[in-house]
Amino acid sequence: MTITPSVYPEWNVDAARDVISMIAPEPGPVLRCLQAIQERFGYVPADAVSLVAETCNVSRADVHGVLTFYADLRSTPPPAIPVRLCAAEACQAVGGRVLRDQWKARCDASPELAASTGVDEPIFCLGNCALGPAAIVGGELVGFADVDSIEQRVRHAMGASS
Amino acid sequence: MTVWFVPRDSAARSVGADDVAQALIDHGHSVVRTGSRGMLWLEPLVERVDDSGVRVGWSNVRPSDVTAQGVSDNFLGPVEDLDFLARQDRWVFQRVGVIDPVDAEDYLAHAGLAGLRAALGQDPEQVVETVIESGLRGRGGAGFPAGIKWRTVAQTAARPHKGDPSYAPAHKYICINADEGDSGTFADRMLMEGDPFCLLEGMTIAAYAVGADKGIIYLRSEYPDAIETMRTAIDVARAQGWLGEAILGTDLSFDVEVRVGAGSYVCGEETAMLESIEGRRGMVRVKPPLPAIEGLFGTPTVINNVLTMASVPSILARGAAAYSALGTEKSQGTQVFQLAGNIARGGIVESAFGISARELVYDFGGGTRSGRPVRAVQIGGPLGAYLPTDRLDVPMGYETLAEAGGMIGHGGMVVFDDSVDMAEQAKFAMEFCAEESCGKCTPCRIGSVRGAEVIDRIRDGVDAESNTELLRDLCEVMTEGSLCAMGGLTPMPVLSALDNFPEDFAPSARRD
Repeated sequence: MTITPSVYPEWNVDAARDVISMIAPEPGPVLRCLQAIQERFGYVPADAVSLVAETCNVSRADVHGVLTFYADLRSTPPPAIPVRLCAAEACQAVGGRVLRDQWKARCDASPELAASTGVDEPIFCLGNCALGPAAIVGGELVGFADVDSIEQRVRHAMGASS
Repeated sequence: MTVWFVPRDSAARSVGADDVAQALIDHGHSVVRTGSRGMLWLEPLVERVDDSGVRVGWSNVRPSDVTAQGVSDNFLGPVEDLDFLARQDRWVFQRVGVIDPVDAEDYLAHAGLAGLRAALGQDPEQVVETVIESGLRGRGGAGFPAGIKWRTVAQTAARPHKGDPSYAPAHKYICINADEGDSGTFADRMLMEGDPFCLLEGMTIAAYAVGADKGIIYLRSEYPDAIETMRTAIDVARAQGWLGEAILGTDLSFDVEVRVGAGSYVCGEETAMLESIEGRRGMVRVKPPLPAIEGLFGTPTVINNVLTMASVPSILARGAAAYSALGTEKSQGTQVFQLAGNIARGGIVESAFGISARELVYDFGGGTRSGRPVRAVQIGGPLGAYLPTDRLDVPMGYETLAEAGGMIGHGGMVVFDDSVDMAEQAKFAMEFCAEESCGKCTPCRIGSVRGAEVIDRIRDGVDAESNTELLRDLCEVMTEGSLCAMGGLTPMPVLSALDNFPEDFAPSARRD
C-alpha cells in the first residue's frame, strides 16, 4: 500500500458555502459543517467561523466553542503526511513511550521530516491494541510500529510527492 | 476456482493483509475480503475451503509466501478447531471473520435477519420482554439492563425536536454509541468492520420494539474503515429493503445514518454524545431527564453500545432463555473480551461471563508478548483498575469485578509486564483526564491537573506521606463530585496503582 501526501484546495468562501449548504438546514449542524469544511480544505480557517455562524444562525462564539473543543478540528493547515502515535495504555505496555521519544529525536534531527509530518499530537487509541505500538502514518494504520518503519513510510511518501 | 478469504479488518491491514490479498490476486487466485476471526497475533490470517468443505487457514502470511498453488508456510489446519476459537461461545461475533461483511446474500446464508424476522412476528411489547428476560445489560460498561431502557422509551410518547417543532411530526431515536475510546478495546470496531448488518439488524429490532423511526451510529473518527464499512452496509441494507420504508414488507419504517466523532474521549459518555450529535461541544448533561425520556433533540432515545445492540439479533433468534442460561446470576449471556497490550495472543474472546481474568490472560492470551512476567492487568479501559497477578482469579462480571475494586467496562484487558512503572501509569490516568475532561465539573477539570502534580511530588519524595493523603482526598472529591465517569472513575486506576503497587511511588523507584 502506498501512502500519498494529502493535497487540499486553497480556502475559498464560495466553495465552503457550497460544502455546508446541504448540512446547515439539518438539525444540529455546527459540528458537521466544521467537519465538512475540514474534510475539503484540510483545516478550518478563521473565515470559516463567521461563515458557519451566519449559515447556521448561531453566534460566532458558539462556532468557536465547538471548533476548539474537538481535538480533530484544526485551525491551521495540516502537514502533508501526518504521523500520529497512539499514546494510550495498551501501546504504552509495548513501548509506546519509547517510540514517541525516538520519533521526536528523528524529527529533531531532520527538519524536512518534521515539516512533512508535523508536530506529533498524541492520539488516544486507534483500536489496534493487540498489535501495538500503533501509529497512523498519512492515514494508514500501522501495527507493530517502530521508528524505522515509520520513517521509511514517510520518506517513501515524501519521495512520491517530489 | 478456490476462493481465498483475506481479512479487511483494519488490524489485519495494519500488518499487511492488503498486500497479501493483492499477491493472491496477482497469482490468479480469487479473493473474498472478510472481517477478522479475532486471533490478531496470527494476522494476516488467510483461509480457504478445503476438499472436505472445511475452512483451513495459514497464519502470518507475507506476500512472498503466496504462489500459484496457494500459500506455502504456516498452515494452521481447520481454523474453527484452533483452541483459541473452539473454546469460545460466539453469539455477537458468530459471523465476524466468516462472511463478506457487506454481502447481503452471505449474511442471509449465515442466519442473518433471523432475529428481525422473529421479532416482527411478535408484538413490540413481547420483543421488549424478551430482551428483559435475556438479562442483557449495557456492554459499554454501565451495565444497565437493556430491556428496561427499551421499555421506558416504548412507554414514552414520540415528540418533535425540542426548540424546532418544524422538525415534525414526532420522533424517537435509536442511538448507537460507537465511540469506543477506551484503550485496549476494539470489539465495536471489529464488529462494525466484520458484520455491520448485525448491528443494523439489532437497531431495527429496537426500532420496532420501541416505535422509533430514526437511528444514528455515533462512530469515532479514529475508525475510518469502520465508518466506510458501516456506510456501505447501510446503502446495501436500504437496497435490500432492510432499512427505509416498509421493512421486509411490514409497515415498519426506520432509517440509519452514521455520525462521525471528532476526537473527544468524553463523547463516549452518553449525554456528551447526544450534545455532540446535536453539533455542540461534548459537554456532559445533568440527569435527569434520562435520555430514554428526553434524549436526542429532546426526543425519547434508546442509547446502546454496539455490542449490546449486536447481541439482540441472536437473542431474538435463539431465545432469551438460551442466552440467560449463560454466565452468572447477575451477569448473563456472553461478553466480548479484548486481550490487548503486552499479550502474546491478543484478540477477541467471546465467552460467557464468569470466566476468570486469569484464564483470559494466560490460557487464551498466553501471558506477555515480551516473555517477561505479567505484573498488572488494567481491566475496563483507562478508567478501570490495575489489578496485580494475585487478584486475577476474579470471575468476570459486573458485580464481581466491582467487589474486587475494579470494573468490567467494555471488556478490554490491557496486560503489562514487570517493566511497567505504576506511578507513571497513575500519573497518566490523571493527565488523560485533564486532557479529555469536558470541563463542566471542577473536580474533574482542575482535580486531574492537581492530581498529576501531586503524584509527581510523591515520586520526588516531597512530603510523601501528606501528599499521599492529599491524593486520596482529591480522588474522593473527584469520585463524589463529578457528573460522569470521566472524573468519577479516574481515581480508580490511580488508587488501584497506589494500593496495589505502593513500592512504585517511592523516589527510589523512579525510572525516568
